[in-house]
Amino acid sequence: MSERLPVQKTYKLYIGGAFPRSESGRTYVAEGANAARASRKDLRDAVRIARQAGGAWWGMTAYNRGQVLYRIAEMMEKRQSELAALCTGPDEVAAAIDRVVWYAGWADKLAQVIGSANPVAGPYFNFTVPEPTGVIGILAPEPPLLGLVSRLSPVIVGGNTAVVIASEAHPLVAIELAECLATADVPPGVVNILTGLRGELSPVLASHMDVSALDLAGADGDSAELEKLGAENVKRIVHGRADAQSPYDIAAFLELKTVWHPTGM
Amino acid sequence: MTKDKREIARRPDKAPMATAWDYAPAPEARDIVKVEERYGLFIGGTFVEPASGERYTTIDPAREEPLAEVAQAGKADVDRAVRAARDAFANGWSNLRPSERAKYLFRIARLLQERSREFAVLESLNGGKPIRESRDVDIPLAAAHFFYYAGWADKLEYAFPNRKPRPVGVAGQIIPWNFPLLMLAWKIAPALAAGNTVVLKPAETTPLSALLFCDVLRQAELPPGVVNIVTGDGRTGAELVSHQGVDKIAFTGSTEVGKAIQRTLAGTGKRLTLELGGKAANIIFDDAPLDQAVEGIVNGIYFNQGHVCCAGSRLLVQESIYETVIAKLKRRMATLRVGDPLDKNTDVGAINSKQQLEKISALVQSGIDEGAQIYQPPCKLPERGYWFVPTVFTNVAQSYRIAQEEIFGPVLSVLTFRTPDEAIEKANNTPYGLSAGVWTEKGSRILAMAKGLRAGVVWANTYNRFDPASPFGGYKESGFGREGGRHGLEPYVVLEDA
Repeated sequence: MSERLPVQKTYKLYIGGAFPRSESGRTYVAEGANAARASRKDLRDAVRIARQAGGAWWGMTAYNRGQVLYRIAEMMEKRQSELAALCTGPDEVAAAIDRVVWYAGWADKLAQVIGSANPVAGPYFNFTVPEPTGVIGILAPEPPLLGLVSRLSPVIVGGNTAVVIASEAHPLVAIELAECLATADVPPGVVNILTGLRGELSPVLASHMDVSALDLAGADGDSAELEKLGAENVKRIVHGRADAQSPYDIAAFLELKTVWHPTGM
Repeated sequence: MTKDKREIARRPDKAPMATAWDYAPAPEARDIVKVEERYGLFIGGTFVEPASGERYTTIDPAREEPLAEVAQAGKADVDRAVRAARDAFANGWSNLRPSERAKYLFRIARLLQERSREFAVLESLNGGKPIRESRDVDIPLAAAHFFYYAGWADKLEYAFPNRKPRPVGVAGQIIPWNFPLLMLAWKIAPALAAGNTVVLKPAETTPLSALLFCDVLRQAELPPGVVNIVTGDGRTGAELVSHQGVDKIAFTGSTEVGKAIQRTLAGTGKRLTLELGGKAANIIFDDAPLDQAVEGIVNGIYFNQGHVCCAGSRLLVQESIYETVIAKLKRRMATLRVGDPLDKNTDVGAINSKQQLEKISALVQSGIDEGAQIYQPPCKLPERGYWFVPTVFTNVAQSYRIAQEEIFGPVLSVLTFRTPDEAIEKANNTPYGLSAGVWTEKGSRILAMAKGLRAGVVWANTYNRFDPASPFGGYKESGFGREGGRHGLEPYVVLEDA
């Protein structure tokens, strides 16, 4: 027995910047590991924490938020092989890293491209600025890393916080990514990632009254039901694409605020 | 501010309360508008009889007198209108040169300007709003909206960088009774500019200006079927929402109905925008120009009888100026003239319907029952018609229904605050998020408040201003999507990769 026995990793949830097990103590077998099987209580905790984290995240300067996103890419770059082992491979990882970098650069340009100064017919100064919608629930689509990153990046670059339900079949790379987030100066609670059974968690996310919008990119067959649940608090419903990359994907999770003020001496 | 000025600003109003002042009547001539005895449905460029065979009477709420018989469109009628819109979309309108589309919209804008007095009188007759308002606000803004979006029709590619915008298809549009023609303009102008065709349902109680608008379309020679108007109550709206041939629904109305529409459309892939209710906070800081602020409070809640989704229905006053503001407000309220909508002196017209009057009355009673203190100025009301005296509640707790629910009437609830943070917290403490007002002389505070308020429109040192270039719409349960401005085009285009 000269060979060293490797230390195995326990895959847990990512909530509020920490890596707790499910409060229920449950796991399920995915990709040969025991992944945490988040409960409804875990999900509600995550939403509460995401809501609390929103103020500080949106309160940061856009420049700062952009740097945090860029830092995520830096952390992913250094973990390429670990990430690649848990998704479709190095190409997916490379695409995911590049996507994060692309969105990082949007943080301090959004308001200029999406906002406006409005020439109203009267003595008023009038402008429109984008603001985050709030807590966004994301059903991450496949492939497990690029899909998640493609939907998460536009959400957080605009100042929202997120509760993500990872791919049920391939949850491990999501938690590997969470370790990148945790070391990238993403403030605790801005991104929360749950692994577990979609059928159990999605309806709770869709009906939660403090979730402001849903990205149903990863919904399979149940999106009509989830949309219906989302109507209870007029959630914004987005059907994102795993391969999308555009400022319109950011705008889908932004509200527009218009401010009027009289002009005059 | 000098000490003297400060004293003037703090001086309680000693002037006596005005009792109901008499004014010589100044009625606008009613005969400029000809109301037909009965109207059909405007489908495919012509008025047709409703297949449903059903009709109802639309009235003048100020006199409780019938104005006309209008059609209650049924399933078959809605289907016919949607088909007409689809035909018009497929056979011409969506392929028309955008610059030509623009010219139709410019024509409509000009015709509305030319016939503005006619529309203003009709709007006041059928809706109960003061002629001063329909003449100076509703109709000019409706024309301006068409003029604004006319210019966008052939410039869409500049609105959506790196995308190729194409029309969505047939838009089903459902509008409320508080600004009938203006809401029609908000809906139809951007839809047509982007190349869509439309089936629009006016509100049950205020169909007449939409039906007169059909004559404007005739004069503008708009191709048949591009705009179709189906009248009726909520059943007609429900048929339109669930019709398979509609690609996009735009709804302005109550949050309750908005949620029901969102549920109905779940999983259908149809596009949806919702402009729903509100319970806006109008926030007055102790350094605000108080007389202007009081005008803003009055304009915020008593404009259009409070039938305004963005009405400043919760007044948040900084504690140190509470007594002064309330005294000034009560004094100002006593000068409001309530009565004949067609009288040019009138400030507050008729409540739109008996049903709405009952709803307002019930909520006001709940305020009294829950322990708030009510004030209503002395006021002579006409004997017939639906009226509600401008009302202010003080001693209101945040939990009271009058502080939580949208009353949609001339009823103001007053709350107080000490710090800006408290004001923001109270202002945001509602499921709604449509609008808010801030009154202060301090610029940095205005911007900080504007950032903290979760509302789609923030009026600083003004209130209830609207403009076609200015996006309007809500946060949270006040809905999603914007109307007005470049952003108002987005709901009516599909963005393809360039």
